[in-house]
Amino acid sequence: MMAQIIQVGMADLKVARAPDKLMSAGLGSCVGVCLYDKTAKLGGLAHVMLPSGLQAKNVENRAKFADTALDMLVDVMEKAGGNRTRFTAKIAGGAQMFRFAGDSDIMRIGERNVQAVEENLRRYGIKLVAKDTGGNFGRTIVFDTETGDLLVKTIGHGERVI
Amino acid sequence: MISDFNQLSGLQLDALREVGNIGAGNAATALAQMINSKIEMTVPRVNILPLGEVPDLAGGADRFVVGVYLGVTGSARASILFVMPVENALHLVDMLMGRNLGVTQTLDEIEVSALQEVGNIIASTYLNALAMFTGLTLIPSVPALGMDMAGAILNAVLAQFGAIGDYVLMLETEFKKEGQDVVGHFFVLPEPGALEMILSALGVNG
Repeated sequence: MMAQIIQVGMADLKVARAPDKLMSAGLGSCVGVCLYDKTAKLGGLAHVMLPSGLQAKNVENRAKFADTALDMLVDVMEKAGGNRTRFTAKIAGGAQMFRFAGDSDIMRIGERNVQAVEENLRRYGIKLVAKDTGGNFGRTIVFDTETGDLLVKTIGHGERVI
Repeated sequence: MISDFNQLSGLQLDALREVGNIGAGNAATALAQMINSKIEMTVPRVNILPLGEVPDLAGGADRFVVGVYLGVTGSARASILFVMPVENALHLVDMLMGRNLGVTQTLDEIEVSALQEVGNIIASTYLNALAMFTGLTLIPSVPALGMDMAGAILNAVLAQFGAIGDYVLMLETEFKKEGQDVVGHFFVLPEPGALEMILSALGVNG
């Protein structure tokens, strides 16, 4: 069977099974949250934009917030046969993109997203096994549900597998 | 507050397109004067789309681009973005600085500053036109420049809108140099509250 690459856009989340891969292109201040269940060979990727959905109104899409995205991701992965006690996490993104940034909150959104994702992983007791976050550059990530490897690609800042 | 952009009437969308047209027309003229060359522009589009689809307008989330961002404050809040493929941004610097095409290969301090100035001038001329029509006070921030994947450049800007809703409304215009490729895409994203003020100032508040 040919492995497919499933795209996960901004403010979206998807689940895939080996040998398929999950991909998010152009993460800036957003954080790609990858959960992996090694036994079930099941992976999930959420492309998180903001730290918290608690105050949000007029919002139907909960995949964009760190807190609600993680709730959703744990839920859909368990429905797909995963078990949260086996989940491990890898995250990437959370950069500060603009070189001549003001001191406004939106410019520090990346850092706040990373913090929020880490807090919510702790809330579920999910172990963060690797991360590639911060800096001032974008990242494209490819999450391999066969191995749990997370490939991080950048422009001018190298390529690595975490 | 207009929280559902899809409730906007045809008349309201036409009014937005019209002010967008005049604003972008003035901005194109300003850009043409800076590089001493004719600039063509497309009729502005009013796009209402989910956050996740915005990077497609800039050529895809992992397209290598230069983005100049300005926040707008005053009586109506908005974000302005000028997004160019990197090779076009380098050409634009060549034209701005009177270099032969192809000379500029990297963006150092002076090149960054030149592109920020372009962003500044196009945004200000656009806002002047909009302010004249609406009587609103519109103040652009200092421009910020980023050079990276389009999705990454857009993230922080779109995050502000993501806190309010799942969709954004974008006025989009393409600038082209005469007989050549696109120079860049010019986007204006009014915040929902600002949109209401602009429409009401134009006399089409539904």
